[in-house]
Amino acid sequence: MFAALIRWLDERLDLDGLIAPFRHKTVPTHRLSYWYFFGGITLFLFIIQVLTGILLLLYYRPGANEAFESVQYIMTRVQFGWLIRSIHSWSANLMIFTAFVHMFSVLFLKAYRKPRELTWVTGMILLLLVMGFGFSGYLLPWNKLAFFATTVGTQMAGQVPFIGQPLMIFLRGGPQVTGATLTRFFGFHVAVLPLIAVVLIAIHLFLVQRQGMSVPPKTEAAWTANPALRREMKFFPNFLLRELMAWYVAIGALGALAALFPWNLAVKADPFASAPAGIKPEWYFLFMYQTLKLIPSKVWIVDGEVLGILGCGLAGLFWLLLPFFESDKAGRTRAWITGISIFALVYMIGMSVYGYIAK
Amino acid sequence: MAILRNKLRRSVAARFAWLAGFLALAACLGYGQAVNSCLDCHSAQDGRLQVTPEKFSQDIHAQKGLACTSCHGGDSSSYDPDQAMSRKAGWKGKVDRKQIPQLCGFCHSNPALMRTYDPSLRTDQLDQYHTSIHGKRLAAGDTKVAVCIDCHSVHDIRPPSDPRSTVNPVNVAKTCSRCHSDAAYMKSYGIPTDQFAKYSTSVHHDALAVRGDLSAPTCTTCHGNHGAVPPGVDKVQNVCANCHVFQAQMYDKSSHFKAFQDKGLPGCVVCHSNHGIHHPSDAMLGTGPAGVCMRCHAPGDHCDRARVAILGNLTELNQSIDSADQSLRLAESAGMEVSEARLSQDQARDALTKARVTIHSFQIALVDQDIQAGMKIAAANLKAGKNAMVERNHRRIGLGICLISIAIMLVGLWLYIRNLES
Repeated sequence: MFAALIRWLDERLDLDGLIAPFRHKTVPTHRLSYWYFFGGITLFLFIIQVLTGILLLLYYRPGANEAFESVQYIMTRVQFGWLIRSIHSWSANLMIFTAFVHMFSVLFLKAYRKPRELTWVTGMILLLLVMGFGFSGYLLPWNKLAFFATTVGTQMAGQVPFIGQPLMIFLRGGPQVTGATLTRFFGFHVAVLPLIAVVLIAIHLFLVQRQGMSVPPKTEAAWTANPALRREMKFFPNFLLRELMAWYVAIGALGALAALFPWNLAVKADPFASAPAGIKPEWYFLFMYQTLKLIPSKVWIVDGEVLGILGCGLAGLFWLLLPFFESDKAGRTRAWITGISIFALVYMIGMSVYGYIAK
Repeated sequence: MAILRNKLRRSVAARFAWLAGFLALAACLGYGQAVNSCLDCHSAQDGRLQVTPEKFSQDIHAQKGLACTSCHGGDSSSYDPDQAMSRKAGWKGKVDRKQIPQLCGFCHSNPALMRTYDPSLRTDQLDQYHTSIHGKRLAAGDTKVAVCIDCHSVHDIRPPSDPRSTVNPVNVAKTCSRCHSDAAYMKSYGIPTDQFAKYSTSVHHDALAVRGDLSAPTCTTCHGNHGAVPPGVDKVQNVCANCHVFQAQMYDKSSHFKAFQDKGLPGCVVCHSNHGIHHPSDAMLGTGPAGVCMRCHAPGDHCDRARVAILGNLTELNQSIDSADQSLRLAESAGMEVSEARLSQDQARDALTKARVTIHSFQIALVDQDIQAGMKIAAANLKAGKNAMVERNHRRIGLGICLISIAIMLVGLWLYIRNLES
């Protein structure tokens, strides 16, 4: 039956011709090949986000008077609503985690270097988009913590010189975080960001397919010196089946997290209540938050917060353009970038842990 | 020579111009600063005669433009003591205690005058004072009783809304206690002096002074302020009813109302006491030290049986609410969403509070209505908590099945890949 259907489709669509490029595509095999899986896992988690997001949309109602109640309804009344919402929340966090792992693995394996600068740039923009998804989605249940986290987050955006205030008003839909902010964050979360993300993912995947997988410079050099050492596997089905295994592990981990630690809803946002003590952002913003906290309120004549925001912005811009600082010739530049990458990783983990335990 | 003369002339003219300018500036700076010889002398005095400008500037009367002479007469513009404290200039000297209410009332009982300062201010204080125990005793010649300045202070009188005022709600009890807790001072009146000590331990003091609820009662809430009198045995419930409306309505229709009246018992005070009212508890219905019913009722009589039934029902509802709370807490700690039931627990607690209010009707049927309403809600919430735990177990079983399926699939895929690559 299934074979007949495939034959029927093949006669009309030339399936063999469609998957032919994938049959020829190969993936280099070496001791660090498993890092290649993280890009695919991130993509898989994104697909889960889209699917669970669509299911949540069936019941979610944006608006200060309805959002919290609708999520509560999803969690308590809708069949498997708790599972869908918990998977959506856990998957969001795992996706941000795997996106960071993917970014650092690309960095340490030197996969960003020529000719893959554009792949790096699209990937970095996607990482920022994923964090934007996290920030905008966090507010949607309209609970107390989300309300104040958004207030603090948009307040920080307001510190950007010149465009800060208009940017903050634009994000909030007014001078304060209100139902208007929720409606607009909902718009960003389900329309604007997904549209941009899908286009960028398409470009990112096209570039990966077009340029193939990067091989670390040392392995490349060894293979060039001794071509007999070169190892490759077919993308289809060998690599894809392994990727499928990774996806199964990811879905198992997601199911376990959702069933054992369902994402809680907490208390409905009250704009007139005082902010909870010791309020902190989500873990992926913690290193930036802690950095801003440590900067003195005045550095020489410059406002500390403005300086921090500018510093983070410049660091982000530098990171985005990192491949363009790499020279074609291996040597000192690469060592310098590796040093900065190690520093960035240690700094981010260290600051996040410090931010988590600091009061 | 002529040149020298001209120079000298210019120099003298310049000096005069300087002097004229200095005098003009001094006149400008001094303008509007009225001379007050009273304060200048009395700020240098000691003890009760001392009144400093700093102290007097805090007084609401000074802030409204009144001066020493407004009450004491005299001429504050003269530094000659004979002129400043001249009887011809209307100087009254120290106002006699007996005259103080009349003196204050001269302005404060004049609606037309008071309207120019604060239209919302009452002008019946003096009339009320005459009806008070203080006022009556003063009229009878007892000068130990409180007059206006004993409560409001003098020369630094602040409006009651000022937290530093001696008559601010938070400070009233302490102000009254200055006399009423002084055993030696109150000895001749033969009344207790432990009111403030008792009040300090009461639920009302806790609400007012600790929680800062300015609507909570202090001495003047029950006794009145300018017309202060003991509420009277038969009027106690009227005083309490100002705040505890529902309790009073139920009590008025209850069997206790008539029984207490017949025996001359002071209503609410019989069970709750007066100054040292503690937070009521269900133990008041018990037979322990906090129990109040058995002070009058005999064991096994009709009322005792009703007491046992009501106490049993209250205890049962309390326990049901606690059980539901525990169950919901357990479900919540397991990550289950039970916020609706948690919210609904407040309704059960409201029903318990209502039942405790309905006790003042002393009718089992009425109390039972509220108890049953609360029991129904608590039972539903207990069920919600238990259902959530059952649901949690279902989820774990489902997870186990999924994980086993995934493990089988992973093993299958691994074998397939090995087979493919071999």
